[in-house]
Amino acid sequence: MLLECKNVSKNYGRKKALNKVSLEIPEGRIIGLLGKNGAGKSTLIKLINDLLVLDEGSILFEGKPIGVYSKEHISYLPERTYLDKTMKVSEVIKLFKEFYKDFNEEKALKLLKDLDLDIETRINKMSKGMQEKLQLVLVMSREASLYILDEPLGGVDPATRDYILDTILTNFKEGSSIIISTHLISDIERILDDVLFIDKGKIVLSSSADSLRKKEKASIDEVFRRMFKC
Amino acid sequence: MDFNFDNERPIYIQLVEKLRLAIITAKYPLGSRLPSVRDLALKAKVNPNTLQKALGELESDWLIYTERTNGKYVTNDSKLVKKFRSDMAKDIVRSFISDMKNIGYSNEEIILCLKEKGEK
Repeated sequence: MLLECKNVSKNYGRKKALNKVSLEIPEGRIIGLLGKNGAGKSTLIKLINDLLVLDEGSILFEGKPIGVYSKEHISYLPERTYLDKTMKVSEVIKLFKEFYKDFNEEKALKLLKDLDLDIETRINKMSKGMQEKLQLVLVMSREASLYILDEPLGGVDPATRDYILDTILTNFKEGSSIIISTHLISDIERILDDVLFIDKGKIVLSSSADSLRKKEKASIDEVFRRMFKC
Repeated sequence: MDFNFDNERPIYIQLVEKLRLAIITAKYPLGSRLPSVRDLALKAKVNPNTLQKALGELESDWLIYTERTNGKYVTNDSKLVKKFRSDMAKDIVRSFISDMKNIGYSNEEIILCLKEKGEK
């Protein structure tokens, strides 16, 4: 098993952000982590990336506790960029190369060239859409075993969404898995193998995407809307 | 090939239908080599696993076969492809007749309608 979460809980003060969440992510799957705002998606992702400390339970990556090893093999796209915007693109690439053994510089340069992006540009001089694309290119240029993408489609136009989906499909390493968290389900559902619905800090549904469609005779988006009608 | 999908039906079933159609219409001719799973998945913008599942289905119908290490090929069996073609024709006719009955046409009227259209 690539990733295993067992009875993971996380509280913010008295609020239970995650309540005994258990899940298993095998190799070679694309998984949609789907939930409303505040359902616990980002908390779970931050725990897996060692950016928060859990209160209860355990998370194992390839059988080892989260730590240096897991960070070497998990490529993470955060919801908000952590890049220093005064840096040039070429400087960020150098940073990634030094930081990650699995970073494929050649691939990153090629993808940026396809975007017509001059690598001597400073990040704060780029449009928001281009900044998002740059971040995605960096993350997908790592030859990781697990990619975790937190809201990769948030706040970008439909053409950019297509670019992002294409880039994900074209560039993930064969045999690796991808977890994509989003609430923009209709744009992404056709590439998913499996879906996890998360609500109020609990996993409320876990299924293969196609068998859920078959069972409910509806799109994943529709099933989600029915289940979480306000 | 048209790679528009309806999100309300399993994607792999729709892929099977599209690929089967491509074989029946000889867009992928008898005995020809199929593009690689990854290339085809990219073209269709679907997950390679989903495409693999669809190919497995076609393979169990003998419409395609795997040559070890060499990739996947369309069958050489023209009879088999014709059989799938006539099955598909039957499905189309069945759904046409049911649509016509639904708007109140009798069998005779349906035949008349087809003849008129055919003569034009």
